[in-house]
Amino acid sequence: MTSRTTISIAGAMAAALGYVAVAHAEPKPPPTADQEKCFGVALKGQNDCAAGPGTTCAGTSKVDYQGNAWKIVPKGTCTTVMAPGNRMGSLQALNRDLPRS
Amino acid sequence: MMALRTLQKRFSMALLDRTREVPSGIRTAGLDRIDRRFDVYRNNVFVGLTEALVTRFPVCHALVGDEFFRAMARVFIELSPPRSPVLMTYGDDFANFVDTFPPAHPVPYLGDVARLESALTRAYHAADAAPLTVDELASLAPCRWEQIHVELHPSVQVATSVYPIVSIWEAHVRTDDHPVIDSSRAEDALVVRPDLEVEVHRLPPGAATFLTALLKGASLRTAADVAMTDPRFDLITTLSGVLAVRIIVGIRSSRE
Repeated sequence: MTSRTTISIAGAMAAALGYVAVAHAEPKPPPTADQEKCFGVALKGQNDCAAGPGTTCAGTSKVDYQGNAWKIVPKGTCTTVMAPGNRMGSLQALNRDLPRS
Repeated sequence: MMALRTLQKRFSMALLDRTREVPSGIRTAGLDRIDRRFDVYRNNVFVGLTEALVTRFPVCHALVGDEFFRAMARVFIELSPPRSPVLMTYGDDFANFVDTFPPAHPVPYLGDVARLESALTRAYHAADAAPLTVDELASLAPCRWEQIHVELHPSVQVATSVYPIVSIWEAHVRTDDHPVIDSSRAEDALVVRPDLEVEVHRLPPGAATFLTALLKGASLRTAADVAMTDPRFDLITTLSGVLAVRIIVGIRSSRE
């Protein structure tokens, strides 16, 4: 029931697939499902969870690289994550960079 | 003695309404007056919920300033207290409230920006799903596309506006760049979290109608026909965008 004035889905999809295939010749590999919680590397307000009393969790860390806030990172990369000032990521909560209460 | 359910109802109503008295049956262990202790509790409820709204709507907060936002939040909390113990869903109806809050009308795009911001958190907490690759989609026989229904990623949200909501939002989250925004330009937003990061994309004209139809279960054919009532809608542009941002996680034929 496709009329002449109506573009066919197949034609549009073929064009779009061709266009995207060219534009994304070298796609960035998506992160794998293997992830780990990494403490002490999230920027202020960018943590995924756990920032202790006084916060409502995700997105609520009060200082950059807060030691008790974690961010999800690809598995195996946490302890190699380096933040400014010689800070390294940790798989356990850290005592550094805690907000003053 | 009052039934527990009645007591709980009176307790929660008194928490949100300062003109109500502390329900009888509530006592304090110490020597302090019960109404003063209750005021502390009441204040903590408002402070906690206000902080949750400030956290969820940082751009709205920046647009109207701290004093205005907190005053607006207080009215909202009184009208729409949480219906779920899960705080991350609190404020889902904040945008609708903002639309009806007369003092906010001088900032006509505020409600739409709030809708965009609540979409961001919903996308963040949505279920994970693996997007289909371009190769997987390209392997489909061309004749089948007319009947295909696509399943979009669970995090997909569409926010429409007659104001440039994406530009306004971007100007606040990207502090290094302050472009001049043409306030007469309408922008629709696609919010999606294909991997770990929530992404915000501007939609071409008519694409919001197309995606909304797909979200309601329409086939590609039906969604395209609905969107084409807007003469500016371009199917190839829209499909290219849909493929580029990787939001298709499944397909099925309407005959199945």
